[in-house]
Amino acid sequence: MLLIRCPYCEEERPELEFRNAGEAHIARSANIAGESDDDFEKFFFIRSNPKGIIYERWRHMHGCARFFNAVRDTVTDKFVMTYKAGEPKPAKLPGVAK
Amino acid sequence: MSGAFRIPRAGRLSQAKTARFSFDGQSYAGIEGDTLASALLANGVHLVGRSFKYHRPRGFLSAGAEEPNALVQIVRDEARKTPNVRATVQELYDGLAANSQNRWPSLSFDVGAVNDIASPMFSAGFYYKTFMWPKAAWKSLYEPKIREAAGLGVSPDKPDPDHYSSRYAHCDVLVLGGGAAGIAAALAAAETGVRVILADEQAEFGGSLRFETGAKIDGQNGFVWAQAAIAKLAAMGNVRVLSRTTAFGYYAQNFVGLVERVSDHLKAPGHDLPRERLWQVRAKRVVLASGAIERHMVFANNDRPGIMLAGAARTFLNHYGVAVGRNVGVYTANDSAYAAAIDLKKAGVNIAAIVDLRDNPTGPVIDEARALGIEVNFGRAVIRAGGKLRVSSMTVQPKNGGGERTIPVDAILMSAGWTPSVHLFSQSRGKVAFNDETKRFVPGTYAQDCVSVGACNGTDGLSATMDEAYAAGDQAAKDAGAKTAKGTKPKVDASESWSRGMLGAAPGAGPDTTVKAFVDFQNDVTAKDIRQAVHEGMRSIEHVKRFTTNGMATDQGKTSNMHGLAIAAETLGKPIPEVGLTTFRAPYTPVTFGAIVSHARGPLFDPTRKTATHPWAEAQGAVFEDVGQWKRAWYFPKAGEDMHAAVDRECVAVRTTAGLFDASTLGKIEVVGPDAAKFMELLYTNPWEKLEPGRCRYGIMLREDGFIYDDGVVGRLAPDRFHVTTTTGGAPRVMNHMEDYLQTEFPHLNVWLTSITEQWAVIAVQGPKSRDIIAPLVEGIDMSDEALPHMSVREGKICGVPTRLFRMSFTGERGFEVNVPADYGQAVWEALWAEGQKHGATAYGTESMHVLRAEKGYIIVGQDTDGTVTPNDAGLDWAVGKKKTDFVGIRGMARPDLVAKGRKQLVGLKTKDPKVVLEEGAQIVADPKQAIPMKMIGHVTSSYWSQNCGRSIALALVAGGRDRMGDTLYVPMPNGVIEVEVTSMVFFDETGGRLNG
Ligand SMILES: [Zn+2]
Repeated sequence: MLLIRCPYCEEERPELEFRNAGEAHIARSANIAGESDDDFEKFFFIRSNPKGIIYERWRHMHGCARFFNAVRDTVTDKFVMTYKAGEPKPAKLPGVAK
Repeated sequence: MSGAFRIPRAGRLSQAKTARFSFDGQSYAGIEGDTLASALLANGVHLVGRSFKYHRPRGFLSAGAEEPNALVQIVRDEARKTPNVRATVQELYDGLAANSQNRWPSLSFDVGAVNDIASPMFSAGFYYKTFMWPKAAWKSLYEPKIREAAGLGVSPDKPDPDHYSSRYAHCDVLVLGGGAAGIAAALAAAETGVRVILADEQAEFGGSLRFETGAKIDGQNGFVWAQAAIAKLAAMGNVRVLSRTTAFGYYAQNFVGLVERVSDHLKAPGHDLPRERLWQVRAKRVVLASGAIERHMVFANNDRPGIMLAGAARTFLNHYGVAVGRNVGVYTANDSAYAAAIDLKKAGVNIAAIVDLRDNPTGPVIDEARALGIEVNFGRAVIRAGGKLRVSSMTVQPKNGGGERTIPVDAILMSAGWTPSVHLFSQSRGKVAFNDETKRFVPGTYAQDCVSVGACNGTDGLSATMDEAYAAGDQAAKDAGAKTAKGTKPKVDASESWSRGMLGAAPGAGPDTTVKAFVDFQNDVTAKDIRQAVHEGMRSIEHVKRFTTNGMATDQGKTSNMHGLAIAAETLGKPIPEVGLTTFRAPYTPVTFGAIVSHARGPLFDPTRKTATHPWAEAQGAVFEDVGQWKRAWYFPKAGEDMHAAVDRECVAVRTTAGLFDASTLGKIEVVGPDAAKFMELLYTNPWEKLEPGRCRYGIMLREDGFIYDDGVVGRLAPDRFHVTTTTGGAPRVMNHMEDYLQTEFPHLNVWLTSITEQWAVIAVQGPKSRDIIAPLVEGIDMSDEALPHMSVREGKICGVPTRLFRMSFTGERGFEVNVPADYGQAVWEALWAEGQKHGATAYGTESMHVLRAEKGYIIVGQDTDGTVTPNDAGLDWAVGKKKTDFVGIRGMARPDLVAKGRKQLVGLKTKDPKVVLEEGAQIVADPKQAIPMKMIGHVTSSYWSQNCGRSIALALVAGGRDRMGDTLYVPMPNGVIEVEVTSMVFFDETGGRLNG
């Protein structure tokens, strides 16, 4: 069972308290009704599914109930870092090359 | 006397404490402290099981958890018949009853042994090759037969009467393995004051000190030192010592699963004791001290009972005081087997000969063996063993060929060397490295905060182990935050040491196709099988493993892995590290379901949710149905009524007088704040800004893909306050969906969401008399149609308690839903019920609720929709705000496929024969005469007998349904084709006049 740091509670808590909520940093258009089919496809269906670093959303479901963002390595399952919803993608990741 | 093979003055057990036990119905005597294995061996019993595939007679290979052969069934009573228990691990208690497995009719005469004779049929991959055709026969014929013939133990057929417990624990340093290395590491860490847990799978700590008579630490015999050290550790407040506890899995971030066997060793465990305890430990640092496992020699018939690992024979002698034979042969490729021969010889057992595959080994143990008069042969191999139910001889030949010599023996001790136990290290995702010099895989690159010490790290010799383990324990404590250490390292005065050995098949392992030289005893895999796998094209060791089953199942390659790998590598002509090691999977040893499930069984498996009126409904004789975790009253049968009769009566009563229904399980969410209306606009298809406070609207929620996600009536209590209802099953996901958008997409909106499902009990009062029933109990609400029209909501009091009174209807009748604080739910229900009795009202359940809404064509999300239905498909276009520029799903709804012609649409169906009730889920076709497979154009989503309509009614999703009004369609069923007519979804009161009736 992983330990996940909730950026709102500022504590590492067991995975059981959290729920994954899919890939992060996929912005919903302010003019979504006017989006082309291609743009909507990219927004709604296309996900990166990388081997390695992934940016994803988690919810501290059985805690503060906040959604936040996390950087996780899909190979090792390790959480590199977590940060609050709405914050930009971190430019530098602790302990990760390049 | 506890067995003819017990050696006086040998071992550590007290002869005074006799324990009676039985094996296959035969009664024996053992001693307290014995394992079932040592007690049977003391009585000269070697034959204890039949092998998995060939049903070959099997005895004990080992004296520990790596045992692949001696799996037995322990029977305590009718319900407690535990299969696949390792006899080498099961501690003896007075009255223990064990049975052998996988044999019929008896252990010494087993019909299944014909598999052994017919074995060419059963070679590697035979499951895949032999039983592939015809495909259908796999499930019905082959698989059950194979499982029957090749099973291990028999599962108990009664519920497990034992209970299990579960604990979470945290510590600074977790030490896994309680041999010399583990104890040293634990001492070093514990003396710094940090929190330490030390676990070992055995009843007594000491590991290989149990048999290493040559070990001396701090001036004491090694085993005695170990017991003193454990006593010291156990007395420390910062240390938890767990014996009989196996670390079975090493998971992410130093999370380790351990199972403690609490009472399997007790004669009559009290009911207050759990059978096992699951420990889930999170450690800052882990010290792996899991030791090494001895390998067997791979030669023909190396599985005959009486042939075992040399270290095991030493354990049986030095710890349990049992000789494994009277005339013992030894076959080895390293020094350690000499120590076994020496110990047995000194205890008075004849050593027939030591056969050493090495050419000219030298060393003190070899000299000592010779000095004791033991015949020692170098450069020779045991090419086969004789005997069937028990080994009777070993045939020896110079390893490069030459004359054979057969030596009578009643046991053979073998040692091909020792394999570091890197299972837990490997589970921690560490990468092993191959040491070419010692031919061992040892921990290489670490993935977690752990360290390996002693034999599992490839460290040879007790002195080196002590240095390494003590330093590692000290360092682990410091890494975990310890400040000072004040202990002293135990001093090793004398030790035994050996290394090397051989990997793979010895000369007696083939190539003759009839030779059975076992690599994996548990899975009946021979050296030939592995060669064959390579010849048939398996190149990866993972493929070889699956094709041959080598190292699979509970064995997890403990004894078989390295031999299998070496044989594959040799056949492939590649160096071992290039072929690679298979992955070690958790669990290290099997874990019972009981330990994992613990208390989460029966009523504690899943919470049961009951509404406030549950006791009333129960007293009325309601039949309940499960809706998610909720218990809901399904129908209220009167004496003599079946479900059909009860539902007919309830449905008619609602439309004639009135009915009371508990709607409390519907999800309820309060949406509050200055931007509440804006938020509702974005989450629902409907317009909300202009909805006046005090009015309600039927809302539809979509996902971003444009499909219906949930629905419900929403009341606006105030400009900044909405009382939202959801489906019963949808409540949590709707709340999650709303929170998701509020927190991440629309965080600029000033809104709070609160789940109020459990706060309000909801009593639906529906029918022409509903207002008459409610009005006398209500204060402060004008109940007239002008003041409280259909789809409105007021706050006031009922029976003196606060209420949110909704005028709404899920039946098509004049109706109300009375929300009261849940604590008053039953009291208000009883008051309403008493009023209702004056008007002939009935209580109705969920079945009648379903029928009544279907009569009106009201959909149930999740029954009439399935996640691929748009508002248009469901005939709900009217509920989508046409002028809105944004809401969740607005773009998805406009996708080309969602606006295409010919989509499935919800329609009504009337069977041509009104008495016939369709089956929900039944498929619909346009032409019943077409060839099979027919083109299915839809399916029935809801179907009931409607007493109010005097006929059956149904809802269905049908391709282009709304363009088929009046058409005849067909529902093919096993008993014939049913004709149906496509109709409107409204079957009763099409004008809707009864809402105000
Ligand atoms: Zn939190």
